[in-house]
Amino acid sequence: MVKVEHLVKRYGQNYALNDISFEIGEGEIVGLLGPNGAGKSTTMNILTGYLSSTSGTATIDGINMLEHPIEAKSMIGFLPEQPPLYQDMTVEEYLNFVYELKGCKLEKEAHLEEIINVVKISDVKKRLIKNLSKGYKQRVGIAQALVGDPKLIVFDEPTVGLDPKQILEIRNLIRTLSKNHTVILSTHILAEVQAVCERVIIINQGKIIADEKTSELTKVIEDGYQYEIKIAGPQREVESALEKIRGVKSVTATGERDLDSYAYIVESEKGIDVRKPMFNLCAARSWAILGLMPIGTDLETIFIRLVDRASGIEPERKSRRSAH
Amino acid sequence: MLAIYKREMRSYFTGVIGYVFLVLFLAIGGGIFCLTTLYAMTSNVTAFFTYMLIFSAVILPLLTMKSFSDERKAKTEQLLLTAPVSITSMVLGKFLAAMTMFGGALLVNSLYFLILYNYANVKTALLIGNFVALLLVGMTFISVGIFVSALTENQLTAAVGTMGIILLFLGVGVVNSLLPANFWLRYVLDCISVFTRFQTFVNGYFDLSSVVYYISVSAVFVYLTIRVYDRRRYN
Repeated sequence: MVKVEHLVKRYGQNYALNDISFEIGEGEIVGLLGPNGAGKSTTMNILTGYLSSTSGTATIDGINMLEHPIEAKSMIGFLPEQPPLYQDMTVEEYLNFVYELKGCKLEKEAHLEEIINVVKISDVKKRLIKNLSKGYKQRVGIAQALVGDPKLIVFDEPTVGLDPKQILEIRNLIRTLSKNHTVILSTHILAEVQAVCERVIIINQGKIIADEKTSELTKVIEDGYQYEIKIAGPQREVESALEKIRGVKSVTATGERDLDSYAYIVESEKGIDVRKPMFNLCAARSWAILGLMPIGTDLETIFIRLVDRASGIEPERKSRRSAH
Repeated sequence: MLAIYKREMRSYFTGVIGYVFLVLFLAIGGGIFCLTTLYAMTSNVTAFFTYMLIFSAVILPLLTMKSFSDERKAKTEQLLLTAPVSITSMVLGKFLAAMTMFGGALLVNSLYFLILYNYANVKTALLIGNFVALLLVGMTFISVGIFVSALTENQLTAAVGTMGIILLFLGVGVVNSLLPANFWLRYVLDCISVFTRFQTFVNGYFDLSSVVYYISVSAVFVYLTIRVYDRRRYN
């Protein structure tokens, strides 16, 4: 559905995108993740034809965006970071305008009514956009992207500035949409990717540093896992017994104490799951496990590790950037 | 293009600009008409069209100042530029909307002359020729305005910038009068002076080369506006 090859976007000496390539299949829901200024919006703007790349190509369903922009654009619904809303129009007028602008061929009344129902804005459709709340404006922005029933929907930071309830609603909406559309979503909120996307492409400093299924993202960490375990038992004995388990790299007492239980950080070697042996050990010695929690497998930590790793690989480029 | 044209027309009347433009144009146009013909007791329309030209130079930037600057500021241009619409039709939609406003105002303005028919022998052909010329000059001013508004996010900057360029177009005629009679530059400036060219219409000649000139200048500025948008995608 989407094919991006060696995309480069340069502003003077600075690279906003530096050789980005990926492919997205039909029906996929992909998250573009990265810190602010990583190049997410630039990628999306190039994909949707708002910007042109310095070099490289972007094709939508086999159609090159630069060579046949009108055909390519007709397959995309785009919600930019700031929804492009005309404040002086009512919701209904605005959607009518977008319908005409896109030269939509579907039956107008039914199509717009369906969109209004999907994004749940029927109660505000007669109101002026400037009088709507941020959440509703965002919904109208999404509605606009859906006009014409495009194959590909691109959302740039769709939940920024919304309250937690609205965020959940918008995420549910995106999930619903993904059943019938290919969806690309950019965000710097990791939980969002975890909640909505099947696949995640992580961008940092204009380069892709990871492209994985969301569920397999933890595997990209090369070093082992860490666990925090709370065990009720004599501290020294527990510590030395844990150290003897095969696959345990190190055991550190955190110093946290709750009555007779102590907390330890256990670090395992790569590819070895030490949780069962730890349980068996404690069961054999009648030490009660009061808590066991993996550390550093949440996306937040993975993300930071990946970003750090990527920055470490390219100290040269980083220092050049900071010079500007 | 039609969608953009319709939206633009609508936006003139959901805000104040459309009303302010029409009221000012018709009221001041009416005032100029009264003073130059009825009050002066003449059917000579030279003064009327000369003043209307200068007045148009001042008021037309009002129509075009928010054409693109407002879209850019509100980020709505992102919708237009990612929709399956060419940049050319986007620019033409806005250009034609401004032309419709100006043309409509001019049409109502021309009705004033019906009064004159009761009192004097009015040369209808001359009148029509002059209105067409004024429409063409207005078209040039509108194309300049559209171009300048594509360059900035600020409406005021767009209006003042447009006025500056228009006054330059009009002002080269003044420079001309300071130059020696047969100096080569005089011919060049005569060619590009909107004012000098307009005088030929006012004096009763329908000068085809001037018509071509106005259309060409408008086309150049519309083209430049398209280029501004095309170029911006690369920056």
